[in-house]
Amino acid sequence: MNLELIVRVVDVRKVFGLVPVLDGVSLEIRAGEAVALLGANGAGKTTLLKILATLLRPTRGTATIAGHDVARAPEAVRPLLGVVAHGAWVYDDLTARENLKFWATLGGLDARADDVTAALAGVGLERAADARVRTLSAGMKRRLSLARVMLARPRVLLLDEPFAGLDQRARKWLEGRLEALKAAGAALLMVTHSFGRELGVADRLAVLAGGRIVLDTARGSLGADDVQRLYAAHAEDAL
Amino acid sequence: MVKTLGWVAAGALAAGLVMAFGVAPREVTQGNVQRIMYVHVPLILASYVAFVVLALASLVYLIRRDAGADRLAHASGEVGVMFVGLGIATGSIWGKPTWGAWWTWDARLTSVAILFVMYLGYLLLRGTIDDPERAARYCAVLGIVAALDIPLVHFSVYWWRTLHQPPSLMKPGGFTGSASILWPLLINLLAFVVLYAYFVARRVRLLRAEAEAAA
Amino acid sequence: MSYARRALTVAWKDLAVERRSKETLNALVFFSLLLLFVFQFTLGGDRERLAAVLPGVLWLGFVLSALLALGRTFLVEREHDCWEGLLLAPGDKSAIYLGKLAGNLALMLVVEGLVLGLFVVFFDIDLGRALPGLLVVVLLGTLGLAAVGTLFAAMTANVRARELLFPVLLLPVQVPVLLATVKATEALLLGEPLGAVAHWVKLLLAADVVYVVVSVLTFDVVLEG
Repeated sequence: MNLELIVRVVDVRKVFGLVPVLDGVSLEIRAGEAVALLGANGAGKTTLLKILATLLRPTRGTATIAGHDVARAPEAVRPLLGVVAHGAWVYDDLTARENLKFWATLGGLDARADDVTAALAGVGLERAADARVRTLSAGMKRRLSLARVMLARPRVLLLDEPFAGLDQRARKWLEGRLEALKAAGAALLMVTHSFGRELGVADRLAVLAGGRIVLDTARGSLGADDVQRLYAAHAEDAL
Repeated sequence: MVKTLGWVAAGALAAGLVMAFGVAPREVTQGNVQRIMYVHVPLILASYVAFVVLALASLVYLIRRDAGADRLAHASGEVGVMFVGLGIATGSIWGKPTWGAWWTWDARLTSVAILFVMYLGYLLLRGTIDDPERAARYCAVLGIVAALDIPLVHFSVYWWRTLHQPPSLMKPGGFTGSASILWPLLINLLAFVVLYAYFVARRVRLLRAEAEAAA
Repeated sequence: MSYARRALTVAWKDLAVERRSKETLNALVFFSLLLLFVFQFTLGGDRERLAAVLPGVLWLGFVLSALLALGRTFLVEREHDCWEGLLLAPGDKSAIYLGKLAGNLALMLVVEGLVLGLFVVFFDIDLGRALPGLLVVVLLGTLGLAAVGTLFAAMTANVRARELLFPVLLLPVQVPVLLATVKATEALLLGEPLGAVAHWVKLLLAADVVYVVVSVLTFDVVLEG
């Protein structure tokens, strides 16, 4: 397994106006590794995700992906990324299939019709493939977002609550796809505020509280209850 | 350094006013009101300088993301708009007794009015955006688009109609007025350009202080 | 070539969304009809007066429609954070600009054709030999409007007072296009050949080139937000 360091966050601070949301965050993710970042709502998880996604610039500190500084060389970083953020990136008046085709073409991918159909089938949207996205539920739109990212086979995945709103079958599919991407050498960051299926895929756990990483440990054989206890302990210390 | 600039500006202005009212000859048909030209024309020309500086500073900002270039563009825009506004006002004051109207839609006036509105828009854009970096970027783009548009505006309006005095300083043949008008005009022009530089320097200093306080 | 494919897919996407939602198109058609009525009530009685103001009125209609259409062009990207998606798409962002420009141009030309048609029918105007020259002028003028309009629309999409700021920024910059198109249209409708307005056509061409080149070069700065 490749142990190359792909994502490197060094002492990143982010201040909005006068409020410091991130106050010295350091994190590393290697190729083939998945990190689950836990934190309460408002802890700054999404902010960190957006910084890595080149959507925000850090106030201080550096973050690099595959050696490229996300603030100074965003265009070098973007082709490597697969991002599922808060918004689903869907056009309501296009069908699910058309949405995938659009994003694939815009991303310079050579997505064949079979690949698109397979991605839709994977997230359980094969029957809704040709319905306008406007008619889909919020959960289905999220699944479409995941299908979009899977089509691209990115080197670094930044996922915000990836398992939220998925049914059993879709969760199994996603787990499988994430494991496959890991095996192919991708680095994953999954951001969540709950203790769900992300833990199964994660190799490491980190807790973000008080603007810093207060816990960064290998998941090993920790179960959901253990994690919950750890989280409660460390998050409270920080506040 | 800024202080010296201020004194030079004051001195030049004083000299310019003396020349305009003391030395320059009284115009035969228009009378003394024509002396406003020594303020009106330099104001307008100095404002052109302001907008060239704005355009160049905007370009430098886009290439090098230098905050100083953005402050220069910002200050230059503010002073430039003020000068154009005063230029239009003095032109109207000159025009009313001379031509009988506060305003006409001839080529020169129309062009200047459009310039005025374009750069008011520039300041409006700045005022509407809270994030200073985004404001700098967007205003730089606007500044460059507006600057490149000016020759197009100039030609389109000029072809559209021509009533204003044909340009005396920038006509293809060169200046044809007498020397006794030329010298006071040039001295006042210099004075107003120095005044512009002084205002911009002070404004840039203020902007830099604000930026450092916010950091 | 990937650049062209990306630009085309953006244009396709915009036109597909517009064709299905018909939001902008409906508003524009309705608006054009309203304009027609307003012009009739304010100017219609006297045929000579109407003929005199027709070029200006026609282009007033085109410009107002353009403001409506262009002002909305990036609104669709604000839903579901699609703007982020556009920004993170790898490759030259100017392809997105050209795609948007093509889509806007197509939409505007359709609406202008409709407005022109309505004018011809309701005001009994004979375009006759003026039509080919008119088409050239309309095409070049619309391109000028759309080129800067698309750039400024991106700039104002995420800004407060967008609806006010967009026309305030766009209209002064578009004065050369307005003057050239109205003057050329006037001459053409009076029966002059296209050669007689060659200087206006050349100005429009120059303006179009400047606007498109500057927009292509600066679009990624604007998209970055």
